[in-house]
Amino acid sequence: MNWAYFWSLFSISLHAMVPITLTAVGEVIGESAGLFNIGLEGILLLSAFTGTLGARAGGPLLGLAVGLFTGLGVGTIFGLICAYWKGNQMIAGVGINLFALGFVAFGLQVLGSPGFYTVPREAKLPPIRTEVGAFSPVIIVALILPFIVHWLLNHTRLGLRIKAVGENPEAADVAGIPVELTQLLSTAVGAALAGLAGAYMSVSWLGSVTKEISAGRGFIALATVVFSGLRPLLALAGGVLFGFFESLATWIQSLPGVKEVVPWQFISMIPYVATLLVVAGVIGRVRFPKGLGVPYRRE
Amino acid sequence: MRRIGVGLRPLLESVLAGLIGLGVGAIIMRAWGYNPWPAYMALFKESFGSGYGLANALANATPLILTALTFAVGARAGLFIIGAEGMMYMGAMAAVAASFFRLPSGWHALFALLGAALAGMVWGLIPAVLKAYRGVHEVISTIMFNWLAHFFAFYLVANVLVDPIRAEKTISVAKTSRLPILFRGTDLSFGIAVAVGLAFLFYLLLWHTVAGYEIRAAGANPHAARYGGVSPRRTVLLVFILGGMAAGLAGAVETMGRPPTYAVYSGLTNIAGFGFDGIGVAMIGRIHPLGIIPAAIFYGGLQAGARLMQMEAKVPFEMVRAVQGAIVLALALPELARLFRVFVRRARFQEKKT
Repeated sequence: MNWAYFWSLFSISLHAMVPITLTAVGEVIGESAGLFNIGLEGILLLSAFTGTLGARAGGPLLGLAVGLFTGLGVGTIFGLICAYWKGNQMIAGVGINLFALGFVAFGLQVLGSPGFYTVPREAKLPPIRTEVGAFSPVIIVALILPFIVHWLLNHTRLGLRIKAVGENPEAADVAGIPVELTQLLSTAVGAALAGLAGAYMSVSWLGSVTKEISAGRGFIALATVVFSGLRPLLALAGGVLFGFFESLATWIQSLPGVKEVVPWQFISMIPYVATLLVVAGVIGRVRFPKGLGVPYRRE
Repeated sequence: MRRIGVGLRPLLESVLAGLIGLGVGAIIMRAWGYNPWPAYMALFKESFGSGYGLANALANATPLILTALTFAVGARAGLFIIGAEGMMYMGAMAAVAASFFRLPSGWHALFALLGAALAGMVWGLIPAVLKAYRGVHEVISTIMFNWLAHFFAFYLVANVLVDPIRAEKTISVAKTSRLPILFRGTDLSFGIAVAVGLAFLFYLLLWHTVAGYEIRAAGANPHAARYGGVSPRRTVLLVFILGGMAAGLAGAVETMGRPPTYAVYSGLTNIAGFGFDGIGVAMIGRIHPLGIIPAAIFYGGLQAGARLMQMEAKVPFEMVRAVQGAIVLALALPELARLFRVFVRRARFQEKKT
């Protein structure tokens, strides 16, 4: 056992942290405005796929942009259904997830590779090479963004309005804040971040798309939001934590001699068990907006 | 209709949502350069145009009815159980493992079915306890348990239940433990009777017993139910137990009643997805145990037909799952039918203006 092993754990963690953090921070915005989107998993999956198509057509940056806009588009549909048409947020979220499962499986088949597609080398986002290893530039975005969102939610008028809509839509409505529009924009922007996260996974980090690429990360991000109690900086901490557990599973499997003792399937369970334990541990100590998950109807 | 708890409007909404879903499917096919008409023609001709196709539609519907019941009984109590997938894996594992025992024909199948129901139930109980005693949201816990089941089943298939001759699958279910095939040459097994029977049992339980009344009361108005003396914890546990049993049985019918191999393949390829599809089926069936039966036949038919569609029109069959997602999205809208009427009226109004 030498330093190189630990260094690789750090490096994987840093990369695994990104999709969970971006998705969770986005969902913090949406939930602050009162919309609970369980379709994040589907958005990750969809944008991982569309991002690949974009990258193939016009390079990695276009790929990331296409992923972002995929998230924005799906988020807008979700916002229309849930904010304007008072739809059931849970059901709409499940609909997004099911749609993504089918659409991506269908799309991969059309690309001519059942269930698996490798992003061409020239379409991959080039990593930043340093003396200590290669890192994806998106990591920087994931590290800075929580601070921006923190500032936005807690120190601007816009943030106050978003939180007012989530906490007490009636009062916000009376105060002249457009409730539906605020909810729609918040959830759409949040979903756009999930879209960026999805594209990051295929175009930058993993370099391939599969039907299982999201691997529950959308739901782990939801757990991170629970953990954070809707505070963006804690969402970053949660993202780092869950990213670490995910990497731990990958890392342990890479250690010599482990596979012979513990079957890989059990090591792969680590991030999911960790998520359950963390969520079971923090619940009861966090408080959510009163209007979360309930469609607002003007009386 | 009032007596069995459904009205005409939910039916209309489901049909409408179905049409919206098929429309979205057509748009997707168009966008990727396929011609939707012949594709849909092939699809429906196959699934509902012949006795053979219909039998296979029913065979596909069998596990879907059961996993949809899991979601429906939870939704009636106000819980969003999306863990049928994992519970179903555990049921399938138990049903295969039951073949390690030797029992007389018939009894063996009953033993395996009970074992599968028990396995699904146990798998459902842990998220139930987490929900009831720690307040862990069931969406997060059941998804995590789906992944745990996924890896656990991977392990069992590759190491414990593996076929010594063909390593890509588990041992086949023993002949004494198989569910009889109803029509020769099709996949339709006695499992359909199990599924439909359980749907009727769930219906009787939900609408004609006190426990069922309490479940529905907890879903309709948790505060009022609690005030009325319904224990929220007991409701959560009961709903997960019922749902786990149904999903466990889904795994059993998919292994004990699926010729030709009566086994689970590595990667779980032949059992994966039924749990998630069950959510859509439950939604189309308006989370009503009896509504689920036609909804499952509709969706099972789509699946059966999609295989032919893939052969004839070269459209990948996964398309139908995207269609299902769009249907569920449409069903998220409250009073879909009313919205539709508003749209029509508005369109007419604009026609008059111009």
